[in-house]
Amino acid sequence: MTARIGVVTFPGTLDDRDALRAVRLAGGEAVPLWHGDASLKDVDAVVLPGGFSYGDYLRAGAIARFAPIMDAVVDAANGGMPVLGICNGFQVLTEVHLLPGSMIKNEHLHFICRDQTLRVENADTSWTAEYRAGEEITIPLKNQDGQYVADERTLDELEAEGRVAFRYVGFNPNGSRRDIAGITNARGNVVGLMPHPEHAAEPGFGPDSVQGGRTGTDGLAFFTSAIKGLLATA
Amino acid sequence: MATILVHVMPKPEILDPQGKAVGSALARLGFTGIESVRQGKRFELTIDGEVTDAMLERVREAASAMLSNPVIEDVVEVTVL
Repeated sequence: MTARIGVVTFPGTLDDRDALRAVRLAGGEAVPLWHGDASLKDVDAVVLPGGFSYGDYLRAGAIARFAPIMDAVVDAANGGMPVLGICNGFQVLTEVHLLPGSMIKNEHLHFICRDQTLRVENADTSWTAEYRAGEEITIPLKNQDGQYVADERTLDELEAEGRVAFRYVGFNPNGSRRDIAGITNARGNVVGLMPHPEHAAEPGFGPDSVQGGRTGTDGLAFFTSAIKGLLATA
Repeated sequence: MATILVHVMPKPEILDPQGKAVGSALARLGFTGIESVRQGKRFELTIDGEVTDAMLERVREAASAMLSNPVIEDVVEVTVL
């Protein structure tokens, strides 16, 4: 048997195909999910992928948060199902209050696209168990509204509870508070981050690495982490 | 038909990158004397019929549930046009 991982497509989603492919490359069964459906089709985990759902109108993720499928996603997340929000998916997770804080426009106002180094600060979540705590990984980052903000009390809580899952290393690309690239909920099943692990899952299409141009696959372990975790508890 | 206005602004403690960019562009164009700029949003909600207290209350609910994100924004005003 294998794990079934669903990837939600909203109007304006861009990275659903890459996320589905990353799930397959990691050995999982990739299940396309549609924003207008109420059913999660018996999946074991859900990915909210990147893009510009509803054109980023109102605020990034603000309208997608009310899509029919989101009720099922919130219920499943509260029940312990692994949920990963990437970029716009992270914005949706904050808008729907599964994760604290919010993203505002990058401090420098420009769209940014680069291979970004992150430190895995928490290797005990559903999506990071195959990493070592403190491990540095390089995966693509591409966004305009990527500046993570929250009030000081929330930031202090996140730090104290080990809920900063990823931090930018060497360069803060968007002005995010405390170099935060991604966070987790207290239970460790809901994780959101701005950079894109699904774009670093296949040799030939990832960031440059010491092995050569575009060979980087540092993002694949997000998906193998979830699959292994699900199979272990099945 | 009546129109209800909802004004939403970034919270004072949140840096407003757009307002900052607008402010520096104004200075570049010679509009001097403007200390700083903050940029918000104005929504115009057209109402079928008269504006009642109940309708205003529902609009206030909508303003805090969807038109604004309380983590980064404040609803500063809900008024009838």
